[in-house]
Amino acid sequence: MSLGAASITDVALDTPTFGEIMRTLTLSAGFNARVVVLSAALLGVSAGVVGCFTLLRKRALMGDALAHATLPGIALAFIIAAALGLQARSLGVLLPGAALAGVAGVVCVQLLVRHTRLREDAAIGIVLSGFFGLGVTLLSYIQSMSVGEQGGLATFIYGQTAAMLPRDAALMGGVAVLTIGAGVLLHKEFSLVAFNEDYASVQGWPVSRLDLMLMALVVLVTVVGLQAVGLLLIVALLIIPPAAAAFWTRRLRTMVVLSALIGGFSGYLGASVSALTPRMPAGAVIVLTGGALFIISMLVAPQRGLLADRWRTLALRRRVAREHWLRRLYEAQDLAGEPVAIPVRQLASGGLGLGSMVARADLKLSGLIETEQSSARLTDRGASEGARVTRNHRLWEQYLITYADIAPSHVDLSADLVEHVLHPELVGELETALRDRRALPSHLPDHTEREAGATE
Amino acid sequence: MTTLPAHERASPRDLAERPEHSPESPLSIHALTVAYHRKPVLWDVEFEAPGSRLIAIVGPNGAGKSTLIKACLGLIAPAAGRVEFWGGAYRRSRMRIGYVPQRESVDWDFPVSALDVAAMGRYARIGWCRPVTRAHKRVALEALDRVGMSDLAKRQISQLSGGQQQRVFLARALAQEADLYFMDEPFAGVDAATERAIIDVLRTLRSEGKTVICVHHDLQTVPEYFDEAMLLNMRVVASGPVGDVFTRENLVATYGGRLTLLDEAAEALARAGGGGA
Repeated sequence: MSLGAASITDVALDTPTFGEIMRTLTLSAGFNARVVVLSAALLGVSAGVVGCFTLLRKRALMGDALAHATLPGIALAFIIAAALGLQARSLGVLLPGAALAGVAGVVCVQLLVRHTRLREDAAIGIVLSGFFGLGVTLLSYIQSMSVGEQGGLATFIYGQTAAMLPRDAALMGGVAVLTIGAGVLLHKEFSLVAFNEDYASVQGWPVSRLDLMLMALVVLVTVVGLQAVGLLLIVALLIIPPAAAAFWTRRLRTMVVLSALIGGFSGYLGASVSALTPRMPAGAVIVLTGGALFIISMLVAPQRGLLADRWRTLALRRRVAREHWLRRLYEAQDLAGEPVAIPVRQLASGGLGLGSMVARADLKLSGLIETEQSSARLTDRGASEGARVTRNHRLWEQYLITYADIAPSHVDLSADLVEHVLHPELVGELETALRDRRALPSHLPDHTEREAGATE
Repeated sequence: MTTLPAHERASPRDLAERPEHSPESPLSIHALTVAYHRKPVLWDVEFEAPGSRLIAIVGPNGAGKSTLIKACLGLIAPAAGRVEFWGGAYRRSRMRIGYVPQRESVDWDFPVSALDVAAMGRYARIGWCRPVTRAHKRVALEALDRVGMSDLAKRQISQLSGGQQQRVFLARALAQEADLYFMDEPFAGVDAATERAIIDVLRTLRSEGKTVICVHHDLQTVPEYFDEAMLLNMRVVASGPVGDVFTRENLVATYGGRLTLLDEAAEALARAGGGGA
């Protein structure tokens, strides 16, 4: 399969065979494909490492300003080189131009923020669009020039892996080594500045120099990534991998490693897909792959993922509903002095919705209540559980009144719902604390006795 | 200690006539004036901190309390005046100066543990590019222990309560093993247990001969917690031992009466576009 030959007449998407897919993924589909896939993976790793620190430093969008600002640099470098009669399309000319313009863009943002009352987001927007507009204008001027090869310049906007050469892979390898090295050596310094700039400065760390180093790494990644991913999408590689990694871990080191892996894998898979279907632009596919990994992370990550979060909320809600039922039934029974059946209508606090139906089914299944027609009654086991729940509730209530200032680490658990997550040790502590102040509630169900009764 | 209102004291121009501050004092502030966007925030602050004391900086909102600390630490460039630590420049004594910033000043969702934050107090000693060794981690853990947080050392900082986060910040400063501490509202919004833990630590520090300067918002606890106080409202209304300084007139001068003269002067300066850094 030839990579560079996707002509305009080649309209249909070729469906690659299984063999082709495997050859590409295992880097044995020929030299060109191997170079492209390897370069993209290395780029992903570098961007993943650098992106972690810029994201934590809350400078993620600065990379976007930088990337957009490279366009006029590329165009100007081309114009100047052409005027001097040099090989204008060569990377040795264009990439330094891109880097200089990118840095100029960042400097402009910082000047705007420092010397005017503009906020950073506005400054970034202004610089980003201003530089990009200038770049597009210069490109159209170049089109009218009587020099060859000018068509190739627009590929920097969307990226084009097909044109990549072995030396590009080597360049990306070098950048990957550099960024990983910097990430390892300076992670302490970068994270200190990102977490608490003022403290770092008081401690004598040169905050602006460290920021400059980080920005230099962003420039490097952006400029070498221009060819593959293009300046519009390169920022995605700097943001998506660390953002996805942050769902899986709250440890910095793990986050950096994960981010590098996610970035690398996006580059590898995206470039492979793009190599197999030559009409697919590699940059977009790489970013889409990263985006898919991000969405998966956002949904299924065990601690911070949306599904886990939703699940925890539902579990707590279920528990709260269950305990409300038990408490109401127990209180009624306690008042009557014998097991009483209560209409379900009175038990459901928030109306007879799905929640109360679930609570009812839940309690019945666990053998804590019996239902007859539309009323419910506690079983022996239910009465024991109801006693425990009621006891916790009253202890907690009393505690909040008497003692609210003493055990704040416990109070912090979760505002109103805390009584439902009291564990036995804490209940013991509550009781002791209240007894010390002679503030035990007078109607405190004795839980242990009933439990003994329930086991008969 | 001076308790004179600013207009009865020397103006910055008479700097030469002022007595020299002693080099033993951990902190001396000379004629410090700070301005934000041409609007003066601190006027001609003159202060000398005695050693081994707990010192409160009190004053109403916008009095420039945090600004004073930040100007001392070089985070804000003053418009005029200078600050000396043990008679020398800040750079020379950096290692001996600890800082506890306001808790709200950082993003607590940062991916580090309580121990990681405490270990940041050691970074300046560890130096560039070197890893945090076990010995440094041990010091950080001891610092966490002093604020009653060693059980939660491994916990990610977003999982801590506000009071616990404040204690982690204190532990970070302790891990630095400094001689002079600046704390910006360490008691703000903390629970009773944390308040007690912090005040215990402060008293221990004092008994070790260290000086602590706290921005404090609760006037009621000042006499109980602190030895000295500085009443600040853009200028130093009074400073010295709490018993001497906490008089009705001083408090009214700090919180009550509008400082008409100063306000008008500030406005005039801002309008004229003069002054400022």
